[in-house]
Amino acid sequence: MFTLGPLGFTAPWLLLALAALPVLWWLLRAVPPAPVRRAFPGITLLLGLDDKDQEAERTPWWLLLLRLLAVAAMILGFAGPVLNPEPRSPGTGPLVVLIDDGWAAAPDWRARMEAAARSLRAAEAAGRTAALIRASEPPQPGPLGLRAAGDVAAGLAGLEPRPWALSHEAARDWAATLEPGAETVWLSDGLATPAREALARTLAGLGPLTVLEPPLPRLGLRPARIEGGLVEVTALRSIAGPAQEITITGIGPDPSGVERELVRATLGFEAGATEIRQELSLPPELRNRIARFTIAGHRAAGAVTLADDSLRRRKIALIEASAGREGLELLSPLHYLREALAPTAEVMEGPLTDLIAASPDAVVLADVATLAPPDAQALETWVAEGGLLLRFAGPRLAAADTGRGEDDPLLPVRLRVGGRTVGGAMSWGAPQSLAPFSESSPFYGLAIPADVTVTSQVLAEPGPDLAGRTIAALADGTPLVTRKPLGDGQIVLVHTSANAEWSTLPLSGLFVQMLERLAVSTRAGTPDRGELAGTVWQADALLDGFGQLGEAGDRPGTPGERLTGAPGPDLPPGLYRAEARLVAVNVLGPEAELTPASWPIGIAPTWQGEAGEQDLTGPVLLAALILIALDVLAALALSGRLARGLKAGGAAAIALGLFTLAPGDLRAQDEPDTATLAAALNVTLAYVATGDAGLDSVSRAGLQGLSTQIRLRSSVEPSPPVGVDLERDELSVYPLIYWPVTETQATPSDAAYARLNAYLRAGGMILFDTRDADVAGFGSGATAEAARLRALARPLDIPALEPVPEDHVLTRTFYLLNEFPGRHTGPEVWVEAAPPDAERAEGMPFRNLNDGVTPVVIGGNDWAAGWAVNDSGLPMFPVGRGLAGERQRELSYRFGMNLVMHVLTGNYKSDQVHVPALLERLGQ
Amino acid sequence: MTALRPRAEALAEPLPPLLARARHLAAGVVLGEHGRRRPGLGDAFWQFRPARPGDPARAIDWRRSARSDQHFVQEKEWQAAQAVVFWVDRAASMRFASAKNGETKAGRAALIALSTSVLLVQGGERIGLTESPAPPARGALQLERVAAALADPAMQDYGAPETATLPRHSRAVFLSDFLGPLEPVEAALATAADRGVTGALLQVLDPAEEAFPYDGRTLFHSVGGSLEYETRQAGDLKARYLDRLAERKARLAELAHRTGWQYHLHHTGDAPTSALLWLYRALEGRI
Repeated sequence: MFTLGPLGFTAPWLLLALAALPVLWWLLRAVPPAPVRRAFPGITLLLGLDDKDQEAERTPWWLLLLRLLAVAAMILGFAGPVLNPEPRSPGTGPLVVLIDDGWAAAPDWRARMEAAARSLRAAEAAGRTAALIRASEPPQPGPLGLRAAGDVAAGLAGLEPRPWALSHEAARDWAATLEPGAETVWLSDGLATPAREALARTLAGLGPLTVLEPPLPRLGLRPARIEGGLVEVTALRSIAGPAQEITITGIGPDPSGVERELVRATLGFEAGATEIRQELSLPPELRNRIARFTIAGHRAAGAVTLADDSLRRRKIALIEASAGREGLELLSPLHYLREALAPTAEVMEGPLTDLIAASPDAVVLADVATLAPPDAQALETWVAEGGLLLRFAGPRLAAADTGRGEDDPLLPVRLRVGGRTVGGAMSWGAPQSLAPFSESSPFYGLAIPADVTVTSQVLAEPGPDLAGRTIAALADGTPLVTRKPLGDGQIVLVHTSANAEWSTLPLSGLFVQMLERLAVSTRAGTPDRGELAGTVWQADALLDGFGQLGEAGDRPGTPGERLTGAPGPDLPPGLYRAEARLVAVNVLGPEAELTPASWPIGIAPTWQGEAGEQDLTGPVLLAALILIALDVLAALALSGRLARGLKAGGAAAIALGLFTLAPGDLRAQDEPDTATLAAALNVTLAYVATGDAGLDSVSRAGLQGLSTQIRLRSSVEPSPPVGVDLERDELSVYPLIYWPVTETQATPSDAAYARLNAYLRAGGMILFDTRDADVAGFGSGATAEAARLRALARPLDIPALEPVPEDHVLTRTFYLLNEFPGRHTGPEVWVEAAPPDAERAEGMPFRNLNDGVTPVVIGGNDWAAGWAVNDSGLPMFPVGRGLAGERQRELSYRFGMNLVMHVLTGNYKSDQVHVPALLERLGQ
Repeated sequence: MTALRPRAEALAEPLPPLLARARHLAAGVVLGEHGRRRPGLGDAFWQFRPARPGDPARAIDWRRSARSDQHFVQEKEWQAAQAVVFWVDRAASMRFASAKNGETKAGRAALIALSTSVLLVQGGERIGLTESPAPPARGALQLERVAAALADPAMQDYGAPETATLPRHSRAVFLSDFLGPLEPVEAALATAADRGVTGALLQVLDPAEEAFPYDGRTLFHSVGGSLEYETRQAGDLKARYLDRLAERKARLAELAHRTGWQYHLHHTGDAPTSALLWLYRALEGRI
């Protein structure tokens, strides 16, 4: 490749053609532009005239320059210009591309893939073989699976980063088995790993090693914690560079269940710092909804930290049998529960109905035997919808009849009458201790302290399902904790009391752990190994390398002990669930640090970065094309054809193509329209400007005639009528809009329809006039105008219609009318239909019709032509014949009068039917 | 031709019958059907007038005179017919139209000539073409003949007026762009003057010939192709071309004035009615 500074050429020999440019200059200069041949009879008068300017024969210098530039650009373009060409070292032997595909590689994954593809393309051009190795899963020791570099490059598209950190140990072991002689390109993710240096040394020993590593720091988030009621988030970066600001967003479902950003915070790394901590003060409602924190704009699994139960505070309702009972605090059945729950949960106490309305996560009934039936019903419904009811026994439950002989829906098992006391003064046996928890129990794995004993309990009636419902038992096999599902929720009964009267369980740490296992309370901080021992967890949702949370699919259960370890192939980060408990496995743990990779001496990572190779062929050829197009225009202008073409409008297309950025409609929108202002001050009739000048003038003249008549006959004094453009003008100031429908009328835009609908909803009226009543009704089917009206009115919010009934208020708002003629006397005029249940009251001439104004009146009587007057006030169009015609014109004015009165006064006339009733009432 | 005749008749329709003003020449008078609105020789009744001394006795209208004590003489309306001959330039230069699908000068000239002919025939005058050997005649058949002849294009680049048929004391109308050599026109006008023929010159020009809207390097050629002229800057020529055109118009007007003819300029971009009206008035002798 031939290079010139930052430019390189893939086909440099073509540049020799640049030497031909001076020849081209001479040729172009010698040949003037071709003349235009024109026939012209007046040539006899031209004969003998001489040109004044001899120079015009030559091509002007600027046109020459334009053409030379165009040709030069074409030569350069075809020579394959490349900006910042990469030095291509023609290596030999097989090429191994080793890709670090840990989470840290995700933010610039595409750039990495492009870098790998460039190396592989270069190898392909040199005919070398190659192998693609992923650091997360190195192949089995053995011969390298070498293939043609082009094939290997095709496999790059399928690679994705893994959502965990790499160790490189397996890769080191694999590399140790390789034969020397291979060149290696290593795309490093930039984080320190235990075996990175060893692997680098091994690979450098095999052959040339190039390490490509983007210089940007890697960013990560530690799990969010709750510290003193505040949420604490910690961000990490791998390189202690200059000050840097990042934005952290907390994402979770909003009250409607849609995931959205709930909180946003900006964290600023100080120069030289690799860690920044920020405390966020969030209302508990918001905090409980946060599902994860991410670094905005940073797509990597490490930049996401999932929130689990440790970030939530459950709402627990505690209910005691008789709240007003005076007694010792330590004997209260709720005392130990309060102590156990207060640090990690929000404890509520009060009447049951109030507490259920506050939608608690769990309800604890401590020694409550009976509930009022409405309370019991509410509680049962709440449990069935997914609540957790935890009951403790006690003297009252033991004494009550609840669950005796029949199933109580709020008790998991039937109870036997009375309780049992063991190890007391009057009994033979010793206090019972707890039996080890069975594997199916949610308490499995919890260590049982030796000093936990039970002296009294309520006994369950033996039954076929008792064994299945028992999740903890005493050493003698009697159930201690029983559970049954109810709907989506569950009911748990602890057969002993919640205070220390009947057992020492509430005094022990086991009590707290059991509450946690039942998801009544939540732990603070990360679970430790012992807590999770013996549990099996199912992946609920898993992170991918880019930090996207996805479906987990079917995966085997994960033992609880494993959850505390670092994520890896057997433990992809994500949310793990066991029953109601949720644990997040995050890429970075609470103690995580991001350490930049260190390399052995002699190996320095490089990165091509943004200034990568850029192929300039396209832009240069495009420039050549533009120059040639300019040359066409210039040549046209020189021969005088451009001006003629522009006159003829033929060049309008060229101009459009050149100036596509021409500004559109620049009407100032914020300047109030004077017509609108005037119309808002006074009653103004309006018509829809159809664009047909003749029709619009008739509409205007018609409304002018009507306005004049209204002014003469009533106290309404309308302003001169106004034509409205549906696309632009404000409609709400016009009480009535006359809309003549023509066959060729353009359909208004969606925005115009939206405003028309708003106008109709706000009480406006549109008078549609198809002006075809003279021909409608003849022949079959609708007239063209009627069909057009149907298309125009389809998007409008028009209610059901009916022909004007004879008792419609339109027939009597000002004049008594029984027909509504315009220039024509059409068969029917349509208005909004009366409600089907409208009935005529006894003794009333009219039905009690719907309130409000009909939003549309539709007819074809060409009213505007009937009303139209010219400037001197004389009718513009003949109506009918002779005196009968004048009568028809008068009726058409009366219709217009009624219409305007209807719009302005609504159903005022309709309400007059109530006048006798009102008078009668007043008389009394 | 089929299109030309109806269009010409349509154009002629709104005008009143044209009365060509005949020169009162004794030898050349041929009685026509249309009176001169003055008493004279003719067939149609004009008026009664009291007999004066010197009236021959047979001139007295006895039926009228019997109703009164006076003698009355019946006067006839003076009727005279006029021959009008046309020369319509049909050379190649006339087949030029600057506008796309616009009307050519030849088409416009033929239209005006033929509509004038229609008016004249309606008025009872005789019409003919200068180049046709047949004498002027009247009637619809003659109109057909004239229309057929006008539809026939000529081959040469610029036309020259024919004077083969130019009856003495008739009227003549020459329609051309007069852009060719002027000598034949001068000769024809001299011949016409010799024979006592007066008439009208109607110069028909295209708007482009008047405006010269050309620019840039241009190779002009005549429509027939016999002449070529190349310029590098057509725009520079405009002023000088217009000077020459004005000079040519002045020359034609002066020629017409000297020989007692009328001169008028008509553009194909204008309505043909104006030219027809002018020609009507010119033949009436009102200009």
